[in-house]
Amino acid sequence: MRNRMMIAAVIACTSLAVLAGENMQAKIEKLVAASFKPGEGQDMSRLVQDETQKLCSATRNNPKAKDADALTAREKATIKYPADNKLMGDWKEGEKLVKGGFGMRIGTIEPDPPAKQKGGNGGNCYACHAVDAKEVAAGNLGPSLTGYGKLRGQGEDMVKYTYEKLYNAQAFVACSSMPRLGHNGILKPEQIAHVTAYLLSPESPVNK
Amino acid sequence: MKFKAMSLSVVLALAAPVAMGEASVEEYRAMLADKDANPGFLIIDKGEIYFKEKRGPKNASLEQCDFGLGVGKLKGAYAQLPRYFKDTKRVQDLESRLVSCMMDLQGFTEAEVKAKLYGDQRLNENNTQLEAIATYVAFQSNGMKIDPPLKHAGEKETLKLGEAYFWNRHGPMDFSCATCHAEDGKRVRLQTLVNVYNKQDIQKTMSTWPTYRVSHGVARNNQHRMWDCHWQMRTPDIDYGSPATVALISFLTHQAKGGVYDLPGMKR
Repeated sequence: MRNRMMIAAVIACTSLAVLAGENMQAKIEKLVAASFKPGEGQDMSRLVQDETQKLCSATRNNPKAKDADALTAREKATIKYPADNKLMGDWKEGEKLVKGGFGMRIGTIEPDPPAKQKGGNGGNCYACHAVDAKEVAAGNLGPSLTGYGKLRGQGEDMVKYTYEKLYNAQAFVACSSMPRLGHNGILKPEQIAHVTAYLLSPESPVNK
Repeated sequence: MKFKAMSLSVVLALAAPVAMGEASVEEYRAMLADKDANPGFLIIDKGEIYFKEKRGPKNASLEQCDFGLGVGKLKGAYAQLPRYFKDTKRVQDLESRLVSCMMDLQGFTEAEVKAKLYGDQRLNENNTQLEAIATYVAFQSNGMKIDPPLKHAGEKETLKLGEAYFWNRHGPMDFSCATCHAEDGKRVRLQTLVNVYNKQDIQKTMSTWPTYRVSHGVARNNQHRMWDCHWQMRTPDIDYGSPATVALISFLTHQAKGGVYDLPGMKR
């Protein structure tokens, strides 16, 4: 009896907490709607959260194990591969993408200039990661990737994992801080294959 | 000279495990902390002129604006913002309050006030009048403790919303403010990032805004900082003085409560 009451109490508390969470999410959606104005150069679709963004926001990146598993499975299913299915591209092309931080800035105050946009987006990897040891201006929000391929080898599984991690980091870690580069359309599958080669190829400066 | 060389080598020795870049960054920061060399003071002087100038359809100055401590009381007002205002029935920060005063007292429309928010650093522009005025008003709280009120239900709700929004992930980068600002010792490239949950860290940051940004050649206010972060997150432009920016600034200011304003700041 006492046990049952305790269980009931726990359920009540949990559902109250969930309700409070949903309530807050609804308030935040209202807040966002009131704080960005549609108009020329403003892509309002960027403010619409998908399931994953919603869950990670509501749980402050700390979802329950069950929800985290569902999230990673859902994200894994989104991964697309290059048309030729070659996951190791050209590391020299990859280097340019790793260094490049340009792209996707919008609005009317300081949008990316259209002429520069033609060069495509960069991966902006150095913002968060050390990669080539010679580049000292590397951020530390993510782990160091220096020697990535040297440490891990270039086996088929490693190539596939690296490609998929770059394409959608949340296929492996729920609510990872890393942008879902492929899934969100920042880099194309072929470009992700180039970055994969840059990280893994023995010829790449990453592994020298 | 000899002393300088020696102190640099000491710095390098201490920083040995850290990247070589850190030592020169520290020196650069020391130079930025030189108050007498802060061009922000020139912008404050300009801001005072604009503040007292009769402008707008009603040909009035902003001297009758109430920033929370009473009509025309500037001293210490910024130190107690954001706060709930009865006349506008919402919580306002310094900049959103300025917008409503420019509308009420001077007769500008919201669109007119917001037509040109920021001086464009790419074009080497000076600060806008709006930016200069905000910097001037904030400076009237220099040396005072950060002490935003938390009595009105609106203030409490805004603070709560601000923290929840701080964790809100959106946009093509999947970022929230917390992605970069919830841990100690993090950097984007070589730029150190404030941890909003580290009291000392956030006090140091909030007490030095508005700040003269060397890389922009102008003074920047909290609203610009909020816009800039969202721009980097690749969202649309967040609206000047919008509820989300005020909520965020409210959260950040409360985290920094007790810090002492050291204005104007000077940063990268």
